[in-house]
Amino acid sequence: MSDHDHPHHEEEHEHDRPLSGPALRAKALESLLVEKGLVDPKALDELIDTYETKVGPRNGARIVARAWVDPAYRKRLLADATTAIAEFGFIGRQGEDMVVLENTPKVRNVVVCTLCSCYPWPVLGLPPVWYKSAPYRARAVIDPRGVLKELGEDVPSGVEVRVWDSTAELRYLVLPERPAGTEGWSEDELAEIVTRDAMIGVAQVKVPERSKR
Amino acid sequence: MNGVHDMGGMHGMGPVEVEKNEPVFHSDWEARVHALNIACSSHRKWNIDMGRHSRERIPPAEYLAATYYEKWLRGLEMLLLENGLVTAKELETGRAESKTSEASVLRPSEVTAYLRVRRLARLDDEVAPKFRPGDRVLTHNDHPIGHTRLPRYARGRRGTVERDHGVFIFPDTHAMTRDRKPQHCYSVRFAARELWGPGASARDSVYVDLWDDHLDPV
Repeated sequence: MSDHDHPHHEEEHEHDRPLSGPALRAKALESLLVEKGLVDPKALDELIDTYETKVGPRNGARIVARAWVDPAYRKRLLADATTAIAEFGFIGRQGEDMVVLENTPKVRNVVVCTLCSCYPWPVLGLPPVWYKSAPYRARAVIDPRGVLKELGEDVPSGVEVRVWDSTAELRYLVLPERPAGTEGWSEDELAEIVTRDAMIGVAQVKVPERSKR
Repeated sequence: MNGVHDMGGMHGMGPVEVEKNEPVFHSDWEARVHALNIACSSHRKWNIDMGRHSRERIPPAEYLAATYYEKWLRGLEMLLLENGLVTAKELETGRAESKTSEASVLRPSEVTAYLRVRRLARLDDEVAPKFRPGDRVLTHNDHPIGHTRLPRYARGRRGTVERDHGVFIFPDTHAMTRDRKPQHCYSVRFAARELWGPGASARDSVYVDLWDDHLDPV
């Protein structure tokens, strides 16, 4: 591949150029706040490390897997999600009050935040760009079936779609259906196949080809 | 406010584009902006609803053109300025005119505990609910110029109270005057056809979390 048709040409050279636009403005703001004594830059490093390495959809996948293998836990989770999720230590900012929505063969739940970007950080991490984007925020409520179809999920007309707009300080997590062919799997094996998109409600959990037995 | 942030039901935004193996942040400055927002919140000069309202007040054309973390950067600058943590001249020059030694500065050793604190939007106040699950409600057809969590697409619509979440801070006043105005927050179910007309699926519905002050009995 020649240099000029490399698709990441711009990004690879980002560090060679002087900062511009928002990067420059962000740097200037951080410098000002540090100089004023309002921000400790080492705390910023710690915050970034937390969101890059310590929270993410693997947390939510553990909740789902537990609910699939333990009927008593599933019951607790659906009755009082905040307390049941806290059993795993997943608590705090943007997960203060949790609600779990159960998918069934007849009901599919889809989560959106049309007004901003509300998302359950302790169990799913920070939201992906598409979740925060204008197309998803605009369309999930008016055309959920169209959005799901574009994302590869053709929902049969006999199945009810429930869209949840996160307008309060309640954060929603979808409990997807356990796929057929996973009978006898351990909780850890099940957690491996639970995806972020399934817990937002825009995908179903599937058994990957390599895992089929 | 009837801003472009209130996007539910808008047309022309294009397809939902999913990035495979997306990183948490796409560049260093995005990560810094995210962390700056959290670190600055430790001074408790504003609340989460004021934060949302700052981003909503970005002029519409800029809001639509900005990336996510550009909006968070712009919103943070507004909050810092409006709440007296920085001056307009400091923002312009990037040089501090005065220094503080606030005890509220977030330190690295405090980060884990800080993120685990439950910032209570849920309140202990004893307030009687105006509605019960199963009640039919009509949402207000209000167009406040300030902050509201009642989206335009759900105004003046009939729905059913599905669940009473308990007593919560009312964001519509909390963002504007810091008045918590404790009241019940409910999950309200709207039939897709009530919101979008006969072209929508008869089976489907949209659930919106709304407060007593948004609702009237039918």
